[in-house]
Amino acid sequence: MSTVATSQIKLTPEHARPRASVRSRLQDALPKIVLAPSFAITIVFVYGFILWTIYLSFTNSKTFPSYVITGSRAYQRLWGWTFDTDPPSSWYTSITNMGIFGFLYILICLALGLFLAILLDQKIRGEGMLRPIYLYPMALSFIVTGVAWKWFLDPGLGLEQTLHQWGWTSFHFDWIKNKDFVIYTVVIAGVWQASGFIMAMFLAGLRGIDGEIMKAAQIDGATTFQLYRRIVIPLLRPIFLSAFIVLAHLAIKSYDLVVALTSGGPGGSAWLPSNFMYEYTFKRNEMAVGSASAVIMLMTIVAIIVPYLYSELREKPR
Amino acid sequence: MLRKLLIGTALATSFAFSAHAADVKEVQMLHWWTSGGEAAALNVLKGDLAKEGYAWKDVPVAGGGGDAAMTALKAMVAAGNYPTASQMLGYTVLDYAAAGVMGDLTETAKKEGWDKSVPAALQKFSVYEGKWVAAPVNVHSVNWLWINKAVMDKIGGTEPKTFDDFIALLDKAKAAGVIPLALGGQNWQEATMFDSVVLSTGGPEFYKKAFNDLDDASLKSDTMKKSFDNLAKLVTYVDPNFSGRDWNLATAMVIKGDALVQVMGDWAKGEFHAAKKTPGTDFLCYRFPGTDGSVIYNSDMFGMFNVPDDRKAAQVALATATLSKSFQSAFNVVKGSVPARTDVPDTDFDACGKKGIADLKAANDGGTLFGSLAQGYGAPPAVANAYKDVVSKFVHGQIKTSDEAVTELVKAIDDAK
Repeated sequence: MSTVATSQIKLTPEHARPRASVRSRLQDALPKIVLAPSFAITIVFVYGFILWTIYLSFTNSKTFPSYVITGSRAYQRLWGWTFDTDPPSSWYTSITNMGIFGFLYILICLALGLFLAILLDQKIRGEGMLRPIYLYPMALSFIVTGVAWKWFLDPGLGLEQTLHQWGWTSFHFDWIKNKDFVIYTVVIAGVWQASGFIMAMFLAGLRGIDGEIMKAAQIDGATTFQLYRRIVIPLLRPIFLSAFIVLAHLAIKSYDLVVALTSGGPGGSAWLPSNFMYEYTFKRNEMAVGSASAVIMLMTIVAIIVPYLYSELREKPR
Repeated sequence: MLRKLLIGTALATSFAFSAHAADVKEVQMLHWWTSGGEAAALNVLKGDLAKEGYAWKDVPVAGGGGDAAMTALKAMVAAGNYPTASQMLGYTVLDYAAAGVMGDLTETAKKEGWDKSVPAALQKFSVYEGKWVAAPVNVHSVNWLWINKAVMDKIGGTEPKTFDDFIALLDKAKAAGVIPLALGGQNWQEATMFDSVVLSTGGPEFYKKAFNDLDDASLKSDTMKKSFDNLAKLVTYVDPNFSGRDWNLATAMVIKGDALVQVMGDWAKGEFHAAKKTPGTDFLCYRFPGTDGSVIYNSDMFGMFNVPDDRKAAQVALATATLSKSFQSAFNVVKGSVPARTDVPDTDFDACGKKGIADLKAANDGGTLFGSLAQGYGAPPAVANAYKDVVSKFVHGQIKTSDEAVTELVKAIDDAK
């Protein structure tokens, strides 16, 4: 195209034109050039490796990847383990824990975050100081959260021991040592860490609501409860979407919290699918089974997130 | 500007490559011996190599620990970037050898006479298809009791010779108000203890059949069921907070006198040493009751990779230094284990170390030296971890009876094979 352009203006005295054209073409292409590396990295390291993992799950890879497709034995084993409930197989424990943890973690974080945000939004004094206090846990890594809560919840070191020393000797709280309750301690630590961040998201949402609407509602005689129930919470819907997505991915990728807090729990009773995946791929040298479990995790996320995103984002243009 | 950048990158890369090619006087080592005692023990080797003019370079591992190191090693090998050597355990060496990435030290082995001096059971893991691929550094044994002597004297206990004696001793401790058994409720610790229980309950032949040969009939047998019953008995003597405790904290309970005894491998001795305790006066080491004469072992090895020719001299120097008698003695005195060759003098070792060396020699001669299943020397990792699952679920109550435990064990091992 540029040669055509130069040949057309050959006779004109403006020699600066071809240069300008090169520069403008460069300017047009610049965003693409700048984005290309990150685009390529995403294609290879996210989508490429997803495909690679799917491929590996159909091989009989053990310690090292093997590239000969041998069928779906890995999935058959996982499927068999899904119904091994007594005694629970590690996979059964992992997926039921994921259900319990994911549901409670997302629900409690959303509820607590919204509640704290509403309280902080009452134009109270010292908000600037209170907000970072709630937000601070998010700045910690899961390892730190896990270790701190591990000590706090340990009956021989933390809460129970302290209360016993203060004289309340009948107090008993050993969830972290109990195979049936250990997953709830993971919920407690996870909620403690993330709810402040969710609060900040809701707070930003609350600040974005037009004061005129609130005033109009108050003039119409709405009670405070009605105000929040009918106006504020529905207006916060996009925040709910963002918070849900943030929490859902935090829940599904939770691995370090379980390791640091419980080191797997008594008899492996605190495992999540991510722990199962790492354990089988890297410690047991059953890469095919590990890959298959990773694929199932991905499918679960897709099954939850895609319909939700679809329904939420489709309504916007309407 | 872009061109300058490109040239700069190219230059930097070529520098890196040329620096790499010249590095023949260097040993690149992947290991996870970073804690005080272990690092001190390794410094002996660094010193020996420095005398011969070889520099030591640690391959960094993010996060530390054996699992992280193995993940790092897998990535390095997949990228074709082999370290000179890596600390490795049991079946991992054979896996890598089968993948064809290990070097060949047979010449050095012949010259140094490793065939005769290294116990045959260890050679199963350091020799692959007739070629030496790894240099064993030490032999740990698992079937030990570690007892606080002050507590033992207080309750008037004596060395337990049978499993029933052991239960009687634990009862005495319970009556005296100390925690009888210090256990960390993590699956590998429970399974490590169960290794000893099985050897004690079924005897050497049974242990070998069940946990080294994975013989179905033995795994299903009543003896295995009885072993689980015995394990259940032992678990009644632990304190309520045992679940999830690290092994060294359990050792600390014995050191402090809060607990009477821990069943643990001889790496526990390092903790006693670090606390300035002497065997015989502060603590006692006995074989697990009913296992005298047999040794359940695991061993740290330096796996030697198939490095380029210009780095082979450094590798040979490393392997020779690792299995030299002086290093074997100096290292293992500090580490708490015993030498990986049976002809090292025991003069520098303490009482427990001397007993360990004598036991290893006897077990090697008598054919009662067995790989620990819990430590990955009895069967490949998939089987070993399935075994740990079952034992741990039994200890923590997901598996309720010993009948169920035996069924689950057979199923899990079959599934993992």
